Amino acid sequence: MLRVIGKRIALLIPTLFGLSVLLFLWVRSLPGGPATALLGEKATPEAVARVNELYGFDRPLIVQYFTYIGKLLQGDFGVSISTGRPVLEEFATRFPATLELTIVALIFAIGVGIPLGYLAARHYGRLVDHGSVVLSLIGITVPVFFLAFILKYLFAIQWSLLPPDGRQNPRINATHYTDFYVLDGLLTGEYDAAWDAFLHLILPGLALGTIPLAIIVRITRASVLEVQNADFVRTARAKGLMERTIRGSFILRNAMLPVITTIGLQLGLLISGAVLTETVFAFNGIGRFLRDAIFGLDYPVLQGFIIFIAILYALINLIVDLSYSVIDPRVRVQ
Amino acid sequence: MSTILPPAAAGSDAPNDPAIDTGRGAGLWRSAFIRLRRNPQAITGAVIIGVFLLVALFAPLLAPYGGNDLPGRTEITPTSIPGPGDIDGFPLGLDRFGGDVLSKLIWGAQASLLIGVVSTALGLAGGMLLGVLAGGFGGWVDSLIMRFVDILLSIPNLLLAVSIAAVLGQSSYAIMIAIGVSQIPIFARLLRSTMLSQRGADYILAAQTLGLSRRTITMSHLLPNSMGPVIVQATLTLATAVIDAAALSFLGLGGGLPQTAEWGRMLTYAQAELGVAPQLAFLPGACIAITALGFTLLGESLREALDPKTRTK
Repeated sequence: MLRVIGKRIALLIPTLFGLSVLLFLWVRSLPGGPATALLGEKATPEAVARVNELYGFDRPLIVQYFTYIGKLLQGDFGVSISTGRPVLEEFATRFPATLELTIVALIFAIGVGIPLGYLAARHYGRLVDHGSVVLSLIGITVPVFFLAFILKYLFAIQWSLLPPDGRQNPRINATHYTDFYVLDGLLTGEYDAAWDAFLHLILPGLALGTIPLAIIVRITRASVLEVQNADFVRTARAKGLMERTIRGSFILRNAMLPVITTIGLQLGLLISGAVLTETVFAFNGIGRFLRDAIFGLDYPVLQGFIIFIAILYALINLIVDLSYSVIDPRVRVQ
Repeated sequence: MSTILPPAAAGSDAPNDPAIDTGRGAGLWRSAFIRLRRNPQAITGAVIIGVFLLVALFAPLLAPYGGNDLPGRTEITPTSIPGPGDIDGFPLGLDRFGGDVLSKLIWGAQASLLIGVVSTALGLAGGMLLGVLAGGFGGWVDSLIMRFVDILLSIPNLLLAVSIAAVLGQSSYAIMIAIGVSQIPIFARLLRSTMLSQRGADYILAAQTLGLSRRTITMSHLLPNSMGPVIVQATLTLATAVIDAAALSFLGLGGGLPQTAEWGRMLTYAQAELGVAPQLAFLPGACIAITALGFTLLGESLREALDPKTRTK
């Protein structure tokens, strides 16, 4: 097992190396070059020259690349242009918000998606099935930001059931240790603060979770449909096993492999979705920070974030692959 | 040989008969087309796309005003925006700039479909080039191209598009190129894997035995026989391209005047007025969703129609 993990991480190195070269070249191809990106378009030529000298942008590209990669390897992702603080620090303060949001979205997507997909397959061709197919089609075709608008309009503006934006009511004077607002509230015993933070998560969580939900419903449905007619299920029925055992331990368990792969692959969607969702709900997480970075051409932030996501993506896929052997003992990790 | 069949016979199950299937490529596509015509899902998709396509093509004739015109500039005040039916001449009301919402939706159809089609064509062309090189040559060319594709795939699609758009500056051309390039990896991968799976097929072996050059085999035999999944993917990608284009212009990467008629942009400016004028968000949002639905329905029916598992039915 350890050898497998080591091998997979070793395989990641060439990809990350290639990515760092691409990102390096990307920054150099920004309009006006990195110095103009730093100083703004109205910078005087003297100022540009000074910045070029200060940051070494005037040195040969290959020298610049090695300086850049050297810093990266030491965990130095540079300083954000807009806030002047280290990129890593900026991420650390905002990541908990996005993680909290993503967890709510995933709980919604998995918690509703798997049962719905399973029900649709069990009642193939019936109303539940047609309903779930239509629902998942809508989930795939409605843009995240439009769905966010609909939810915000109905639940926050029209019916005033849930807060329209932000992470927590600013009037609540909550103590924060971890930047996970719900967790903070629970730890400090400020349950009203935790509840309020949770209410703020519902609408963005629903908006963000809908596309993964639609995809999970489809994959679960297709997978259960395939497994429930397998020979081993027929054998189990013939043996006279309880229907509950057949469904739980035979059908559902065997149908889960493709579903879990799909869940692992949703990360990219969730990140892109978070940028849009957090923008609509004024939710102060990484997504909204990225949006501002796109506008301010805050390239150290974008650069750092893309590397961070690539590593995260690879790690999640590794965990997904390793989880196969737990769910299905027939799969041996090689 | 299938051309000898009278058109009436084409409607029967005859083209599915392996004895009649000439293997010249026409049989597969023709029988797929026949199955598509019988599928209500495909018809719905095609009708949706057809309507939007017509609206986009005849936008200059259909739209009462130009896309960037502000005919109702005098009608709006800071506190009120006339909604649908409030003023004569503006059936869907005005937006905050004084633009006619109906006209902007019509011009927006043109902008969205243009971006969607051009960017998908770009992604398809780039992906096919890489896919053919990788799948046709194999060996180190294959490894090199696929590692490059892996790197691009490790960046979420929207972020990749945003990064490219940042280099190109804010304009609708930048959005087209950005979305197109971000689609290249998917097409490249798909084409390569289909080509690899075809490589061991008997007809390729036959072509090799005949002494055909690698180029002829790749271009005239492997490629045409591997195009099915790629075309399905392209149809489905049109849906995501329309959504992504709207997302990028929603984020403000479209450039040009703020009142430019683009569905994504209309949503950006609808944000502030969501409480008083929700139709400004719902109308363009629904247009994006319906267009995407049309392409998805058609793409999925096409996938079903071309799937060998369902073909025999």
